[in-house]
Amino acid sequence: MTETLTGAQLTIRLIERQGIRTVAGIPGGAILPIYDALGQSPLIHHVLARHEQGAGFMAQGMARVSGKPAVCLASSGPGATNLLTAIADAKLDSIPLVAITGQVPRAMIGTDAFQEVDTYGLSLPITKHNFLVGSAEELLEVIPRAFAIAASGRPGPVLVDIPKDVQTQAIDITSWPEPGQATRTPPPTATQIATAAAMIDAAQRPILYLGGGVVHAGAAKAAVDLAEKADLPTVMTLMALGALPVDHPLSLGMLGMHGARHTNLALDECDLLIAVGARFDDRATGKVAAFCPQAKIIHIDIDPAELDKIKTAHLAIGADVGEALGQLLPAVGEQRRERWLARIDELRREFPFQMPDAGNPRSHFGLIRTVAACLDDTAIIATDVGQHQMWVAQAYPLRRPRQWLTSGGLGTMGFGVPAAIGAALAEPQRTVVCFTGDGSIMMNLQELITAAEEKVNVKIVLMDNASLGLVHQQQTLFYGERLFASQFRVTPDFIKVAQGLGIAAVDLDLAANPCAALMDAIARPGPCLIHASIDVDQKVYPMVPPGAANHDMIGA
Amino acid sequence: MNATHRNEQQAISRAVLEIDVNNHPGVMSHVVGLFSRRTYNVEGILCLPVDDGRHSRIWLAVNEDQRLPQMIKQLEKLEDILAVRRHDADHAVFARLEAFFQPR
Repeated sequence: MTETLTGAQLTIRLIERQGIRTVAGIPGGAILPIYDALGQSPLIHHVLARHEQGAGFMAQGMARVSGKPAVCLASSGPGATNLLTAIADAKLDSIPLVAITGQVPRAMIGTDAFQEVDTYGLSLPITKHNFLVGSAEELLEVIPRAFAIAASGRPGPVLVDIPKDVQTQAIDITSWPEPGQATRTPPPTATQIATAAAMIDAAQRPILYLGGGVVHAGAAKAAVDLAEKADLPTVMTLMALGALPVDHPLSLGMLGMHGARHTNLALDECDLLIAVGARFDDRATGKVAAFCPQAKIIHIDIDPAELDKIKTAHLAIGADVGEALGQLLPAVGEQRRERWLARIDELRREFPFQMPDAGNPRSHFGLIRTVAACLDDTAIIATDVGQHQMWVAQAYPLRRPRQWLTSGGLGTMGFGVPAAIGAALAEPQRTVVCFTGDGSIMMNLQELITAAEEKVNVKIVLMDNASLGLVHQQQTLFYGERLFASQFRVTPDFIKVAQGLGIAAVDLDLAANPCAALMDAIARPGPCLIHASIDVDQKVYPMVPPGAANHDMIGA
Repeated sequence: MNATHRNEQQAISRAVLEIDVNNHPGVMSHVVGLFSRRTYNVEGILCLPVDDGRHSRIWLAVNEDQRLPQMIKQLEKLEDILAVRRHDADHAVFARLEAFFQPR
C-alpha cells in the first residue's frame, strides 16, 4: 500500500520502528514539523526538557541503563548548540545516542538565517558520525543507519540535522527499511585466544583491568567468570564500576587517580595486565611510563584505534570483548594463585582504603554508606561531577553492570539530574539515586521541574559544601592554598529551590535523626531532593597528583 | 608552516596517504578535522571524484610522525572512508604537481 508522508512523519515512523518509546527534547521553529508529527504518534512519549542539554542527558540516562540508542530532539541554532555538551559527553563515554536537530530550509542554509548555525560542522568532532539530510527520501536510509552506527562496534552519538523543508517534503512510501541494528564485529582469531590463554596461564602476578567496554558489551558476567576461573585480581575503571561486584574477593575496586593505594601498588607489581574494554585513560594510568612497569599487556578492545594508542600491547586483540572473553574462558587453565593473592592481601592490610567517619551520616562517606544501606542492588546510582562523584565511586557498594551512571571521559557537571531522570524514565520500576554537589546541580537545576512533571522516582542527594570542591581541593594542595573562585559567597536555599520547582525536599541538617529522615525520603515514591551539608575541608583521598605516577599517591 | 627551510622540509621524512571515500559534502571536513584537532599539519591535499562520482579519492601528503599509525586507524574509523593506503614520500602523485607550485 502506498502512503504519502512528509519527511517529518517519516522520521517519527522510522523512530517508532526502531522501538523508541520515550524521547526528550525541546521544540522550536525549525523542528516544528517533526514535533507536529510526534504529537500524533500513539507510541512515543515526549519528555519536555527545560534546556536542550537536559534533553541530551536524559537520552543518555535512557541509553546508559538500557544499552540501546536513545533519542533527543532540538531545534536549529541555540537548540542545537545547547545539545552539544551532552553529545560530546556521549562520545567520550561511548554512549549510543541519536540526536535529531531541525535546520533552516535548504535554500536558506549559508545565509546566516534566523537561528541558523552550522550544526553539521559543530558536531563533526564530537559525534561518531553525522548527517545533514538532503531530501525526504534520504531519511529512509539515514535514520536506520544512524541507529545502526550508534549501536555498532564501539557505541557513540550520531547527529541527524534535518532542514525544515525536508521535514515538510511529502513523498510516497511503498515499503519500509529494516530498523538499523548493531552489526557484528569480526571475532578474535583462534591464535589470538590461544596466545592470550597461554600468557594468562604462565603469568605469576596477573591483573584483569576492566573498562566501560565490558559494560557496553554486556560482558560483565563473562569477565567475572574469567576472573574466578583463572583467579585474577581485578581492577575497574570509573566506567566499569559494578562489572565485578566491588566486594567480590577478587575485586581491587577502582584504579588510578583516586583508587585505593593497595590497588595502584598491586598494579605496580603485576607481570601481566589484561586490559578489556579499557583505553588507558590518563586518570586511570597516571604517568604512563610508570604504569604497570613490569607487566606484559594483553589488550582486548572492539575499537582497533585504541590498541597501541597509549601503551603498546604485547598481544592486541581487536574484537568484541564479550566474544573474546567467552572464547578465552574455556581456553585458560583453572588456577589458584595463592602466593599472588596473599601478596595482594598483604598490600590491602598495609595500605587499606580509609573511609573515616563512615558511621556518621553527617559525614561525606557516612552519608553515602547510609544511602546504600537504604537500598538494594536494583537501585540505579547516578552522579554529577566533582568530589561527591569520586567519594561515591570509592564508597558505594556497586554490584551490577549498568547500575552506575557517571560522566567519566568529559566529566560534565550538570550530568547527574537529567541523566537520573532519563534512567527513571527507561526503568520506572527502579529507584534512581542521583548524588550531586552544590556546584553541579546548579548547572542543570531547571530539570528539577521536569522531574516533577514526569513524577520520576529520582532521589537527589545534594552534598553541599558551598564550593567547587575539586577546585577548592586542587587550589589547597597545589596552588599554595590560594582559594580563588572556588567558594560561593552566596548560596541558594536548596530546600526552597526544590519546592519552588515542584519537588519534595528534606534537609538532613535539620533532622534529629538523619538516618530515619533519609530512609523515609528514599522510601517515598516520586522525586525528592535530600540536602546535606558537608565539610568543605574534606578532600578526595588518596590522590595521584596530576602528572605523577600512580605509586606517588598523597593522602591516606 | 613552521620555521624550517624548504630544503629542510624536504629532508623531513614524508608519507603519502591514498584515501577512498564516499563523495559528498562534509567528507573532506571529517578527514582534515582528524589532523587539525591534533595539530598535525597536512602538507598537501588532492581530491577528485572516481567511479562516476559516487566516490572520491583523497591524496594527502603528511610528515612522518610517531602519531601516523594512530592517524591511519582514526581515518579507518570514519563512516565515509572505504580504504586507506599508505605510500612512501616518493610517490609520483605530488611530485608531478610541482610545476604548479613554483614560487612566483
